[in-house]
Amino acid sequence: MTGAAGRPGRKPKPFQPNKWFWVLLAAPGMVWLVVLFVIPFYAMLAIGEGKLDRQTESAVAVYNPFTWSSANLTNVVRDLFGSGAFAGDIAWRTIWYVAIASLLSLVIAYPAAYFVARFAGRRKGIFLVLLIAPFWISYMMRMLAWIDLLQTNGYVNKVLSFVGLGSPNWLGGHSYTVILGLVYGYIPYLILVLYAGLDRIDPSLIEAGRDLGLSRMRTFVRVTLPLSRQPILTGMLITVLPMLGDYYTNTLLSGARDTSMIGNLIEGQLSTPSAGQGAILSLIVLLVLLVPMIYYVIQTNRASRVAS
Amino acid sequence: MSGTAVAEQISTTGTARRSRARFLRNPWRHPWFLEGFTWLYLIWSLAPIAIAVLFSFNKGKSQATYQGLSVRWYWGDKVNSIWYNPQLHSAMIETLKLSALTTVIAVPIGVAFALGINRWRGFLPSSFNFLMILSFVVPELIFGVAMFFIFTQMPGLKDVGLGNVAEVLGLVTWNVSWPAIIVQARLVTIGKQYEEASADLGCTQFQTMRRVMLPLLVPAIFASAILVFSGVIDDFVIVDLLSSNASNTPMSVIIYSTQHGGNGGPALNALATVMLLLSFLVAILGYLGYRIMTRGQRIDGQQALTAIAGAE
Repeated sequence: MTGAAGRPGRKPKPFQPNKWFWVLLAAPGMVWLVVLFVIPFYAMLAIGEGKLDRQTESAVAVYNPFTWSSANLTNVVRDLFGSGAFAGDIAWRTIWYVAIASLLSLVIAYPAAYFVARFAGRRKGIFLVLLIAPFWISYMMRMLAWIDLLQTNGYVNKVLSFVGLGSPNWLGGHSYTVILGLVYGYIPYLILVLYAGLDRIDPSLIEAGRDLGLSRMRTFVRVTLPLSRQPILTGMLITVLPMLGDYYTNTLLSGARDTSMIGNLIEGQLSTPSAGQGAILSLIVLLVLLVPMIYYVIQTNRASRVAS
Repeated sequence: MSGTAVAEQISTTGTARRSRARFLRNPWRHPWFLEGFTWLYLIWSLAPIAIAVLFSFNKGKSQATYQGLSVRWYWGDKVNSIWYNPQLHSAMIETLKLSALTTVIAVPIGVAFALGINRWRGFLPSSFNFLMILSFVVPELIFGVAMFFIFTQMPGLKDVGLGNVAEVLGLVTWNVSWPAIIVQARLVTIGKQYEEASADLGCTQFQTMRRVMLPLLVPAIFASAILVFSGVIDDFVIVDLLSSNASNTPMSVIIYSTQHGGNGGPALNALATVMLLLSFLVAILGYLGYRIMTRGQRIDGQQALTAIAGAE
């Protein structure tokens, strides 16, 4: 260093951000994630690949990968794909339920979100409050509401028998009740994502479509729909992922064995000797969902970088 | 029919058709069908809740028919009302306790993480950021099962066991991504110019953080605190898997297990109504607080609404 800059006591040094300041800030969160997010999944793997203590009848974790046993894995694969595979049926049923429920949610949520985002005009505030309200109502409350309505002598059946449609036993273990519960339970999250995405579409793009002579329908198909692809995908992920791990909707609205989903299977094995199989099953679900989850992470990351 | 009458009729149907055609051709006509659909959706989504709240004031024991207004299930009944039933009573306190503790722990960790990760570039921070967002989308059951295993099996954590501590640790991990994600998004919109200006004016990094960045981030931090608090009120899976006995069981789990056990009744509706009021209170306070904090910025009520619902 030569000249004025080198002389002490003149100007403050040009600002040099110290990296360690940022490291220090991030450190508690990082340690937390390692201890309570990464390690738990390793523990899950260790229990899944672990052994069964025959004396206490409980699954025991084996933390050293070199002594892992694949007994649980073999059992789970047999249950999933082998002959008389009961877990295979449950897995298929889960996929079906979730597919139907999420598509139904989309078909219901999209028009409502579209209307509020585009056409509500001055009443947008009130519509928005009503649209978001279920988001603040606990899931258990929403399930309880339907349990009340769907009792054999409940209000739904009173209306139905008044019209002469009989009174079905809704809560007696039917797939349609479970699907209704899933749709009702998860639609608030979807509608919020859809609304936020549709609201962000620049109205001048839609006006341009109309000015260039496209009909209302074609403007929707050619302009609005392509622009809402991203919110639709994110919204579907945000509903499908938790639906796949749902067990409570099923227990509350059906409770029957022949509507049980993969979540019920995993939850039911937790405190039993077959906890190891539950762990393996959880890991398989995680593995299957890894691709959509990573897609979501990348999208969120990109969105937060482009946001400015 | 005389000739003139026929001609008249033709002309009127003609105008009717033409006016209908004009109505259809009007490119800016109000979408009545969509509006009707939206109202139907809103009724479907909110009427059952209203009925469930009504049932909490049911005079009788039935969950199916309404038998008149009473506050029996709130405090009238000396045994089964939520005020007198020790289990229901303690569940309310437990929920509040878990929400407060989780918010107090998760928000500072998440905010600091967001600040650190966002400015510290490199492979390590971006992989941790990846992990953080991953914790946001992992199905809750899978995460809860992993948590259940460490608190029942893992040497060291096994001594912690299931219960309050396990619940708070699990809830913090599950919710810490709210502040981490929201604050990072806000940091991107703020940009670097304020930080650079304050550095040019001679602030140290710590001063910049305290005097410039944190004040700018207050609305985002507040919104994430609201989301964490209300998220814990609503949470079910983690607390269901990690609670061990009646003393550490919050409202959502009580509602689930009592209903599932076949002992459902208006008292549960009353408990759920309390939960609902609590959530709405948090939402209203959140909305007002957010409006006050963003005074002077170009943020309208609708943006504030979506911000405190985490959809900004």
